Amino acid sequence: MKIHLPTPLRPYAGNAATVELAAPTVGAALAALVGRHQGLKKHLFDDEGRLRSFVNVYKNDEDVRYLQKEATPVAEGDSLSIIPSIAGGAVSAPPAEAVALSNDEIRRYSRHLIMPEVGLEGQKKLKAARVLAIGTGGLGSPMALYLAAAGVGTIGLVDFDVVDESNLQRQILFGTRDVGRPKLSAAAARLRDLNPHANILTFEKRLSSENALEIFRDFDIVADGTDNFPTRYLVNDACVFTGKPNVYASIFRFEGQASIFWAEKGPCYRCLYAEPPPPGLVPSCAEGGVLGILPGLLGVIQATETIKLILGSGDPLIGRLLLVDALGMRFRELKLRKNPDCVVCGPNPTVTRLIDYEAFCGIAPEATAAASGIPEISVEELKSLRDRRADFVLVDVREPHEIEISSFPESLKIPLGKLPERVNELSTADEIVVHCKSGARSAKAVQFLREAGFKKVRNLTGGINGWAEKIDSTVPRY
Amino acid sequence: MELSADLLGAIRDHGREAYPEECCGALLGQRQDGTVSVVRVERLPNAREGDRRRRYVIAPEDYVRVEESADREGLSLVGFYHSHPDHPAIPSEYDREHALPFFHYLVLAVAGGHPGEAAAWILEEDRNVFLKEELVSRNPKETS
Repeated sequence: MKIHLPTPLRPYAGNAATVELAAPTVGAALAALVGRHQGLKKHLFDDEGRLRSFVNVYKNDEDVRYLQKEATPVAEGDSLSIIPSIAGGAVSAPPAEAVALSNDEIRRYSRHLIMPEVGLEGQKKLKAARVLAIGTGGLGSPMALYLAAAGVGTIGLVDFDVVDESNLQRQILFGTRDVGRPKLSAAAARLRDLNPHANILTFEKRLSSENALEIFRDFDIVADGTDNFPTRYLVNDACVFTGKPNVYASIFRFEGQASIFWAEKGPCYRCLYAEPPPPGLVPSCAEGGVLGILPGLLGVIQATETIKLILGSGDPLIGRLLLVDALGMRFRELKLRKNPDCVVCGPNPTVTRLIDYEAFCGIAPEATAAASGIPEISVEELKSLRDRRADFVLVDVREPHEIEISSFPESLKIPLGKLPERVNELSTADEIVVHCKSGARSAKAVQFLREAGFKKVRNLTGGINGWAEKIDSTVPRY
Repeated sequence: MELSADLLGAIRDHGREAYPEECCGALLGQRQDGTVSVVRVERLPNAREGDRRRRYVIAPEDYVRVEESADREGLSLVGFYHSHPDHPAIPSEYDREHALPFFHYLVLAVAGGHPGEAAAWILEEDRNVFLKEELVSRNPKETS
């Protein structure tokens, strides 16, 4: 039997227009075809393994949809043709002057339309606007929800993560049933449900120096909701190079910051922070924790500033850094100035293209504990040590409130910060295993102990969460 | 993508005539080193039922016919064009979901019936992003 391929799929089959194979049914023939030419798979089938809607399969002259679909029998001498339906269409936001609001939209946005500060003109600006959210986490969730609700016409989302249970405490785009699902499919579905008039564009990838300028190009405003320094500097520099405003916020534990970095009108992030902090100094939310409501507060500030920029009204947060202290519930403001020596937005820039931001932030690629020479022990090995009651000391370097969640009864509990003053509780003669939640803090403890002369000290890979995952499911993971 | 001003003009005429609906057609030409030069454009009917102001679809039989005619003429079917009435020349999410690799997609903005910017796009291999490509549009007689 022959399978005839359309022009764009031929390169995946060695440029052949037809492929010869034997199979009893259409489904089996397609399976054999993608088995032989793997590259065809993602263009013929979607992520759930269904034939893509625009792929038509004809047996001789008949569309198999009107026969027995994929169960249609095929015989020697039949030919199958894969014929694409070429389809597409405009859903992207049009320029403001060409925008019209439907009656549905007028009803939906009524509370905006009756305010002269927004009105029909402002609502059209919102519909024409294209905002790119970097990250759909704690900050990106409330921001994207409010932007979609407000009628921002095009919202781009960049993320590559999967929804984890521990996200739900603050990432309100997602629900319990989304756990395990790619964030972007869950987010796009939620936002489209909230506002079917919004055009949601998804970029399921890590933002990088290779793709940032290309992705930014088709947006008017970029909103940075990332949790790491390399991406923050990358977003800043890419915004400077493309002339776009960067609506920024960051959070840690009970405190947050927000500003608009826009090199054409004020300082950029590098004017404020020329250099990143040394790696490891500033813990991420996963390490340091965050009050779940705080990104809600800051993400909504980002959404507010974004909408003000689109409407062109109010006093934008350009050249001002808003400091939010949730515990004291105080908002302070710092004036920011453009740094005349700024290496990206100053008059004599030395950084004129995107660089390697991981290296800039001192993060060596694949900087695992193993690579840095810290001896490791797996949770399986720890289990065997404990099972045979081997002679060793287990040290837990977590904080007391974490030990309330989970711990090994026999461990010696010394919080990382107290290790230098309590190091005399340990003996260099003993076999020592150090653990924390997931292995990062205990690696620092092992490093410290080795420098202090301890030779027989190892770090528990994956920490107590790894133990809970692989060895004892009755131990809670947090 | 290389596309002479005459051919671009033909596409702009098609976009103007079809407004407020989307027009669509095929691009036939030659491939060389990742880029294409368009030799002929062919109008195709927008077979979309219902919402032709925001959508287009080219029927399988039209696809087969134009692919076969490209083969007969010693040309290659290099891609398709379509218009975005009252929308910019940027592929929509819907465009991306329905796109095929190796095809070059020309999108023409038609604002209020007036053809505007045209831009050429190609799908990235992982299907995630459309990459904009340079559209070189001049008449051969002007360059010789």
